[in-house]
Amino acid sequence: MLDKAFKEKLMAIVGQDNVLDSKENQVAFSYDATPGFQSLPDAVVFPGSTEDVQAIVKLCREMKTPTVPRGSGTNLSAGTCPVQGGIVLSFQRMDQILELDEENLTLTVQPGVVTQKICEYVEARGFFYPPDPSSMKISTIGGNIMENSGGLRGLKYGVTRDYVLGLTVVLANGDILHTGGKLAKDVAGYDLTRLMVGSEGTLGIVTEAILKLVPPPPSKMTMLSVYESMDDAAETVSAIIAAKIIPATLEFLDRATIEVVEDYAHVGLPTEAAAILLIEQDGDPEVVKRDIQQIADICRKHGARSVQTAQTAEEAQALLTARRTALSACARKRPTTILEDATVPRSKVADMVKAINRIAEKYQLTICTFGHAGDGNLHPTVLTDVRDQDEMARVEKAFQEIFATAIELGGTITGEHGVGAMKAPYLKWKIGDSGIRTMQAIKTALDPDNLLNPGKLFVPDHANSVGTGNPASAPTQTAERMMKK
Amino acid sequence: MSRVTTDAERNAIQQAFRQKLDEDELLNCMRCGFCLPACPTYIMTKQEAASPRGRIALMKGVYDGTIAYDDDIGRQLDLCLGCRACETACPSGVKYGHLLENARSAINENKRKTLKEKAIRKLTFKDLFPNQKRMRQVTGLVRLYQKSGLKKLAEATGAINILPETLRTMQSILPEIPDAKAMRERPVHLAPIFVDQPSAAETATTHANIATNEEAPINHNAENPVKRVAFFAGCLMDTMFLKTNEATLKLLQLSGCEIFIPPDQACCGALHGHSGEAAGARELAKRNIEAFEKLDCDTIVTNAGGCGAYLIDYAHLLADDPEWSERAARFSSCIKDLSEVLLECGFLEKYHLSLPNQVVTFQDSCHLRNVMQTATAPRRLLQAIDGITYRELREADVCCGSAGIYNLLHEDMATGLIDRKMGHVKNIMPHVIVTANPGCLLQMKFGIKRHGLESKMEAVHIADLLLKSVSGC
Ligand SMILES: Cc1cc2nc3c(=O)[nH]c(=O)nc-3n(C[C@H](O)[C@H](O)[C@H](O)COP(=O)(O)OP(=O)(O)OC[C@H]3O[C@@H](n4cnc5c(N)ncnc54)[C@H](O)[C@@H]3O)c2cc1C
Ligand code: SF4
Ligand code: SF4
Repeated sequence: MLDKAFKEKLMAIVGQDNVLDSKENQVAFSYDATPGFQSLPDAVVFPGSTEDVQAIVKLCREMKTPTVPRGSGTNLSAGTCPVQGGIVLSFQRMDQILELDEENLTLTVQPGVVTQKICEYVEARGFFYPPDPSSMKISTIGGNIMENSGGLRGLKYGVTRDYVLGLTVVLANGDILHTGGKLAKDVAGYDLTRLMVGSEGTLGIVTEAILKLVPPPPSKMTMLSVYESMDDAAETVSAIIAAKIIPATLEFLDRATIEVVEDYAHVGLPTEAAAILLIEQDGDPEVVKRDIQQIADICRKHGARSVQTAQTAEEAQALLTARRTALSACARKRPTTILEDATVPRSKVADMVKAINRIAEKYQLTICTFGHAGDGNLHPTVLTDVRDQDEMARVEKAFQEIFATAIELGGTITGEHGVGAMKAPYLKWKIGDSGIRTMQAIKTALDPDNLLNPGKLFVPDHANSVGTGNPASAPTQTAERMMKK
Repeated sequence: MSRVTTDAERNAIQQAFRQKLDEDELLNCMRCGFCLPACPTYIMTKQEAASPRGRIALMKGVYDGTIAYDDDIGRQLDLCLGCRACETACPSGVKYGHLLENARSAINENKRKTLKEKAIRKLTFKDLFPNQKRMRQVTGLVRLYQKSGLKKLAEATGAINILPETLRTMQSILPEIPDAKAMRERPVHLAPIFVDQPSAAETATTHANIATNEEAPINHNAENPVKRVAFFAGCLMDTMFLKTNEATLKLLQLSGCEIFIPPDQACCGALHGHSGEAAGARELAKRNIEAFEKLDCDTIVTNAGGCGAYLIDYAHLLADDPEWSERAARFSSCIKDLSEVLLECGFLEKYHLSLPNQVVTFQDSCHLRNVMQTATAPRRLLQAIDGITYRELREADVCCGSAGIYNLLHEDMATGLIDRKMGHVKNIMPHVIVTANPGCLLQMKFGIKRHGLESKMEAVHIADLLLKSVSGC
């Protein structure tokens, strides 16, 4: 519950109905899609404009209260979990597409627009917005920008960052910052757009974004390559890239993942296969045909048991939609599903897959692996049970080993899900002391009171990543916070 | 409106949550949010707390003891339509419906109610629905109201306006209630009809013959039916919608089914279960299992998605009862919707279906789609009718707001949903909106009336339309 005077001031800004602090709403905004993290905010506020956000940020600064911006809460790094309480800023009301500029190929949007709505809106008008995270049905563009999300089309088209031309941002001091613009080129000073993208709500609050659109590909083909061995599938990935072909989509699913996905989606995936690759190429019809032909040859050469192309657009769509449910479908098997986001250079995908299998065996864990193999971005997903202390300890160790291996192979601890509170202890592993110092300097310069999404990216390194219930871990802090309420 | 919860009740409710809710199921929700766009109350409110993910978090919060139960939480669980669209959308396979039902029963059993609420609950759950005779009597009163001129009087004098809008319109769209005799004299066994034999074809045309077929000279190889099926009549369907039940039986006969209709069957218990009256629901379940298992049929046909889905859930309802769990599971595995059974029996191969030219659409029954997982069968049947143009309704899979008696309890939400639905209907302007559940049927009729479209379209049950298309009239 909020202090009465504070609450009244918030209500004066956004109206009475847009400040919620009942128990019910505190709980509803206490979590995101990250297992093991939960913490109650003091209130949830729904701003309607940039000016609203500005006034709220100024007020929160006065009151020394944290603000946690939130889209749809689908992030997987405890990015919107209000670990230090405060005000959750939800952008549900700021969900308008503001302008489609057909001449400059740009789309101006508010942060609360759902990603899929953007895709459908521009496609209906003959344009294309490529970033398509699996969560696109529900994730918001604000969340996508702040996590720099990737998607199934990332291999060829890049990630969200590559489609953000300009931002309107409310800074911690209440200033309104406009970065970039409808420009193909712009080198006036530091690239603040890129600084903001992927900053996980810790440097500023996005209230408007200008997105880049591209012409839609004239045709596409989708195919499924089936393997008896995971290594063969992983090696195919490296071989395709080495052959200088860049498909739009190159997704990897292992047997355990195939099983759960098929169980839910019933699209006819081969559940007895060891692994499959889901491949899509788009572009001019002749090029697509030639590429797919060549890819099929490479697949066969690397031991594919069968290679099939989708016969209709619906069939292709069904396969991609099924792939998007992979993570949630993994939760069918065991009560707790913890996913990681280790990413390695593309040529090392096969090594990484092998390492994951070895680690799973070593710690006696069930790990499903799927992911954007073409990007070198794998999602080893542990199926476990938070109530099993012993197993959770092994999970923690396994993840540490997976991170270490990824970094050894020249990779990173997270390819697209962000650091948040969950992976904060491991950030240093990737960027080192100087990296941490540089990032912290930026954070302190822009948010000296540490009020924008505090507790994310930087935390003491004794906390662990998956919330096994150790004294210093997030869930315990959470329990304490909850008791206090 | 119920009373504010006391501290003692809060504690009792939390204890009951711990006993009744399945912790694995609560943990199974990985909070991905995939269910949000499918949830009608989230679509309407855009409130996380009014989403499946939010409601599961609330239940888990109470279960874990991180928050105490309060009336906001109770209201939020009440606002849920129980349509279970979230289950169809959930890749993790979270059984939300079971969680909700157990949570409601935990609350209901531990919260004292006002006298008025108690009286209404007793009347509905103990006296009325479990008792088919009373159902007939009450429905008979509605008939009296319709036939005696009282209805006209109430409408003409404006006396009707003391009712809230939903009830007021509802009373005007209720079907004409059959007379008491027809409701009382229900058949218990029907032989298949094979139309290639002329005498049978003749008997197939009038409803009156259905009840007497048993005694009629059976020259259509009754010994060798395509399928032996049992029919679950349903308390509303067998009174208010008797004609639809007759059409259903006729369709089954025409597809070569021998039908058994145990007279000792009871109300399915859905209304009880959804309202937190688990004990009452279990009693009814046992009565039905007993009534049907002695028939030794491996198919039990329903024509109301709401009932069918609840019958399928008996396996869950009685899972903890060692004496009943196996019997319940067997019973549940026999439940099938009419549309599936017709297709299985080769109905489409046997008959050429035709109707005068018209545009037809199908509004899913939530429980038929989300629990019985029947969505393509009714569409296939409709699309097979010559003369109709089938148009898919946008958001046909989103609840119409009927949801049992929800439309009477949460008028704003229900009206919002039907208005949204009618917006989509207006985009395709069908002549007929086909439904597969009595609640949906009434709610669609309500929507048509509320939007002044009575002269343009009608809502019908799929069985009635199909039977009409057999004779092509
Ligand atoms: C099943 C599933 C599949 C997924 N698949 C993918 C995938 O393929 N690729 C991928 O990259 N990710 C994926 N994700 C992760 C997640 O969906 C993305 O990170 C997504 O971009 C989050 O969007 P959101 O609207 O839910 O943001 P939230 O989770 O609400 O927020 C994400 C971050 O952005 C910040 N934020 C949100 N809005 C603003 C704003 N207006 N201003 C400032 N900060 C803001 C928050 O503080 C938080 O740090 C998946 C998640 C799930 C559950
Ligand atoms: S889709 Fe399933 S797992 Fe995901 S939030 Fe909804 S209920 Fe939970
Ligand atoms: S049952 Fe229907 S209304 Fe209730 S949470 Fe699920 S989708 Fe929403």
